[in-house]
Amino acid sequence: MRIAVLSGKGGTGKTLVTVNLAAVSQESVYMDCDVEEPNGHLFFKPEGVLVEEVSVKVPEVKDELCNGCRKCVDFCNFNALAYVQNKLIVFDEVCHSCGGCILVCPEKALTEKERAIGQIQKGVSDQVSIYTGILNTGEASGVPIVKRLLAEESPEITKPIFIDCPPGSACITMESIKDADYCILVAEPTLFGVHNLNMVYELVRLLDRPFGVVLNKCLDGENPAEKFCLEKNIKILGRIPFENELGILNSDAEIVANKNSRYREMFDSLLSTVIKEVSYAATPDS
Amino acid sequence: MIIAIPVDQKTLESNVYMSFGRAPYFLIYDVETKESTFIDNSAAASTGGAGIKAAQTIVDNKAAALLTPRLGANAAGVLKSAEIKIYKTTAASAKDNIDAFVAGKLSLLDEIHAGFRERGSN
Repeated sequence: MRIAVLSGKGGTGKTLVTVNLAAVSQESVYMDCDVEEPNGHLFFKPEGVLVEEVSVKVPEVKDELCNGCRKCVDFCNFNALAYVQNKLIVFDEVCHSCGGCILVCPEKALTEKERAIGQIQKGVSDQVSIYTGILNTGEASGVPIVKRLLAEESPEITKPIFIDCPPGSACITMESIKDADYCILVAEPTLFGVHNLNMVYELVRLLDRPFGVVLNKCLDGENPAEKFCLEKNIKILGRIPFENELGILNSDAEIVANKNSRYREMFDSLLSTVIKEVSYAATPDS
Repeated sequence: MIIAIPVDQKTLESNVYMSFGRAPYFLIYDVETKESTFIDNSAAASTGGAGIKAAQTIVDNKAAALLTPRLGANAAGVLKSAEIKIYKTTAASAKDNIDAFVAGKLSLLDEIHAGFRERGSN
């Protein structure tokens, strides 16, 4: 069971929800796909961390074979190649690793070499396996790291996998939710929050993923995100109050469900609601 | 000697474009013959790597110098490989910068920015 947690922008509470759901599950996997700023490990403080490098393939030119036809330069949609003074230059960081230049080279002057773009860290915290994806600063795309993270566990695994997605609705988020059995959208109670909620709402509909919303930072009074859900007939999975105590625990990198029984009940109840929703989603025509 | 300048419009009076890679046009100017040619910058609408492609255009037009207000690291890499000198523009119009260049009043651009490459957002 793969549960992805996403939101249209950072700071809405993806990590709060993902970390606490993973913590209240008996045995689970927490995957941090927010590879530009992974922070779930700060809460779990995993032990026995193993590090694996993640690399992508980039072209390498054999100058003596290159005849300067520039087919590769013209082919590259990202302009990662230039031909200057009878020499091909490759801009590794601009390359998206499509391999096209190697295919179009009539002289077979291009081969592939590995280039490290980040790493995966695997550790354990109580009964939770913690997988963290880390993209090196300055890299164009973390998608290869997310792919590697998701491949760490087979889809048939029985314990639940909670996926902490990157903010927004771009390629890397799509990759993170691609095989999710269910998506939890976390929303803030503001007009800006509704705009961001709408971005991920459109995404999960486009990718045809079953989903529901968690309303975070709830205060008394009007909640534009709740209104949005009611108008669109979106399942509201739970509500998290805007509270000092929760904020302080969370900013001290504590797992709130482990520190306060009220918060444990809240996330226990959210988890059982989500599990119920996943089983409905898995049953056709229900 | 041929020099290149990123410009807004296809006239000598045009303003210099604020950056290099995504300028709409390049002015290719021959200092000896005073002949000017305007070329479309095919890199302007690139998904990424606009600076690299634009620099390739400058190289292919056999410019010996580029006059620009700013330049990214990748474009600078291409131009330096081709031993093209990079000068910092000082005036608004292309023409005034050409005059300043001919008079030896432009200094080399020493500040290369890290570029505006997309950052995993698309």
